[in-house]
Amino acid sequence: MSVVVRTIARILVPVILAFGGYVILHGHLTPGGGFQGGAVAASAVALLLVAFGAPSLKKLKSPLSVLEDLGGIAFVVLAFLGIGTTFFFNLLAGSGGLFGAASPIGPNAGFLNTGGTVPLMNWAVGFKVLGGLGAVMVLFGLFGGDDDR
Amino acid sequence: MIGNAPFVVCMVLVLLGLWALLFRRNLIKVVIGIKIIENGVNLYLVATGYVRGGIVPIYTYAPPDAAMVLPTPQALTLTSIVIGLATTALMLAFVVVIHRHKKTLDGRKVTELSG
Amino acid sequence: MNLTAHAPILAVAVPLLGAFALPLWAKLHTSLRDLWLVLVAGVTGALTVLVAVQVYTVGIQVYTLGAAWPLDTLAPGGFPIRIILTVDALSAFLGLITVLVAVVGFSYAWRYLNEDEGKTLALTLGTLLWAGMLGMAFTGDLFNLFVFFEVTSIAACGLVGYRTWASRGPEAAFKTMVMYTVGGLFVLLAIALLYGEYGALNLAYLARQISGSVVDRIALGLLLGGLLMKAGAVPLHMWAPDAYGEAPAQAVILLVANTQISLYALFRVLFTLYGGVADPAIGWLVVSLGTLTLLVAALMAVVQMDLGRLVAFGAVSQIGYMLLGVGVGLTVIAARPAYGLVAIQGGIFHMLNDAVAIGLLFLAVGAVEKAAGNRNLANLGGLGHDLTWTTGFFLLGSLALAGIPPLNGFASKLMIYQSSFLLSPILSALAILASILLLAVFVKAFQGAFLGPRLRKAEPVPVSMLVAMGVLALGVLALGLFPELVVRHLVAPAADALWKGRDLYLQAVLGR
Repeated sequence: MSVVVRTIARILVPVILAFGGYVILHGHLTPGGGFQGGAVAASAVALLLVAFGAPSLKKLKSPLSVLEDLGGIAFVVLAFLGIGTTFFFNLLAGSGGLFGAASPIGPNAGFLNTGGTVPLMNWAVGFKVLGGLGAVMVLFGLFGGDDDR
Repeated sequence: MIGNAPFVVCMVLVLLGLWALLFRRNLIKVVIGIKIIENGVNLYLVATGYVRGGIVPIYTYAPPDAAMVLPTPQALTLTSIVIGLATTALMLAFVVVIHRHKKTLDGRKVTELSG
Repeated sequence: MNLTAHAPILAVAVPLLGAFALPLWAKLHTSLRDLWLVLVAGVTGALTVLVAVQVYTVGIQVYTLGAAWPLDTLAPGGFPIRIILTVDALSAFLGLITVLVAVVGFSYAWRYLNEDEGKTLALTLGTLLWAGMLGMAFTGDLFNLFVFFEVTSIAACGLVGYRTWASRGPEAAFKTMVMYTVGGLFVLLAIALLYGEYGALNLAYLARQISGSVVDRIALGLLLGGLLMKAGAVPLHMWAPDAYGEAPAQAVILLVANTQISLYALFRVLFTLYGGVADPAIGWLVVSLGTLTLLVAALMAVVQMDLGRLVAFGAVSQIGYMLLGVGVGLTVIAARPAYGLVAIQGGIFHMLNDAVAIGLLFLAVGAVEKAAGNRNLANLGGLGHDLTWTTGFFLLGSLALAGIPPLNGFASKLMIYQSSFLLSPILSALAILASILLLAVFVKAFQGAFLGPRLRKAEPVPVSMLVAMGVLALGVLALGLFPELVVRHLVAPAADALWKGRDLYLQAVLGR
């Protein structure tokens, strides 16, 4: 692609990633969440793919799939945290501290430190989606070259 | 009657998708047909959750006695969209592999197998 | 932590975690991956057996995800909106089948798959498929049924088509994926219809509410269509021979278990969900589809020249027997419970026998492919000289599948013949005809591949593959020699769970 596209891509990629992060971060308060934020963040990979071509992104493939695996493991491990009561039990909700503040009743702006394990799961899902979608797109871009055995 | 319009649209989408699935030969168009069916079903799910005059089901936005649209179908739809993404990616990957081997996307020319 | 109470969800979550972590271990070292797989398979198998023991000795196990305690199924207000696992005897029975199939499949895969041909991928997808199958067997609400349906679809199609350097695998996988996805969307549409009408997804709650309205009937039609697509019953079977023929052998036996899990979901829908508004016409529909399946597939098997596809049509034909047995049960059980129960027992017992016998055949075909390099009957011959054990296993499996006494296929087929004879003698005549056809087909295949002069020296089959086949062969013999024991202790409770146990199922979840 032309130098204009590449320059714009360099500027936009951090912005897209930040917006994806915002959507994940506020997933338990506003519309959005892990999948949506991860998909937004993965569109940064798509932009890079368009601007720089698949071969130059080949080195991203392995870290992205590791990120996907780690996201999946983190999600299941977070679900395991509640096993003392039941699987998926929200251990941190209502416990105060960094994640478990009680949410006030009635219309309010929302507080980030509520939700217990839900925001953490959103991050796990977000990384999984970013990794998975990104790896899929890079692979589609690379496809057709050498034997992928 | 006008309240049923979304459901009619959903069924039209499902039938359109089935038509594409059955009568299109291009494998990409088959995948698109499946996506159209899926969108029809997803739209149906969201439409079932609508409550007349309901507001967005967000805890922190809601006045105390507001009617909310049902959040469960929205969660189901989201799940189904995520699953749809995975299946579409997988199907397209198979299409790419098939094209690499056969150099064509015509469903009738690629068949080596006859179930 | 009370292990027995948490066992149902752990049996689903452990293989899921195992599948996610498997590729990471493989990045470190392949032996770490194998060790991890052994650990995951052992823990999952032990947990599933624990659940089954609990179910068979104590009663239906219920587990509520994310609740204050595992049995807290109802949300405040008495409405079951939580995610619930409900394991009754039939679910546990299917769970045991998946454990048998998965453990045998993984031990076979150890030497069957080559490291440079995507072994890690195959093992990961196999574990994921196992998790999906257990989830589908254990789930207690319709939406998670759909989710696990799709998990198994994706994993199964990945297993069929991951060998992208060959052209046939991806083609079979695409065909399979189209059928699975459309089936899944039919199921989802049915779920949406039921949700729109009753506002709930819980199986037990819906079962109590369902009134047999027009919407319910449309939903039932969609569920039947979707689940039969996945199960490979005849008008919708075109994916099955391709997928069975092209997937690697250790994956095929998982795919066979996967079709049985779809049949389980179908029976769950027909008996538990729609049990209150049961209609003999639906029973007749299932019976006719079953008869059609077993006949058409047996006829198609006659003309096959590829050993894998030949056995694959045999596998599709067995789906017909299960449908026939349970369909006869559904038709007559309200009028004559004793006969209906025998028919259902026959159908369910045949699931286990089919998993063992057809699994043995597919593993033997895989061994032939590895030893001789191809599977075309025109190029095979005289393998019996080199592959003594594999020859014996193939013969045993094919005789069992054709229903020759005293092997296990006979035991369950006899129950199906007997009970379908009472519904209509024509049905049992057709079922016996299909069995004879299958016997002819397998004799032809056996003669073509294993007898005759030695064409070329075959590679020896690795011992671990022989051991995996030997376990299934022992199963064929044991189930054939002691069917009474198995039917009384394992199958009869599972069959009871479908009909007599329906109220218990509803009470276990809804509490009254």
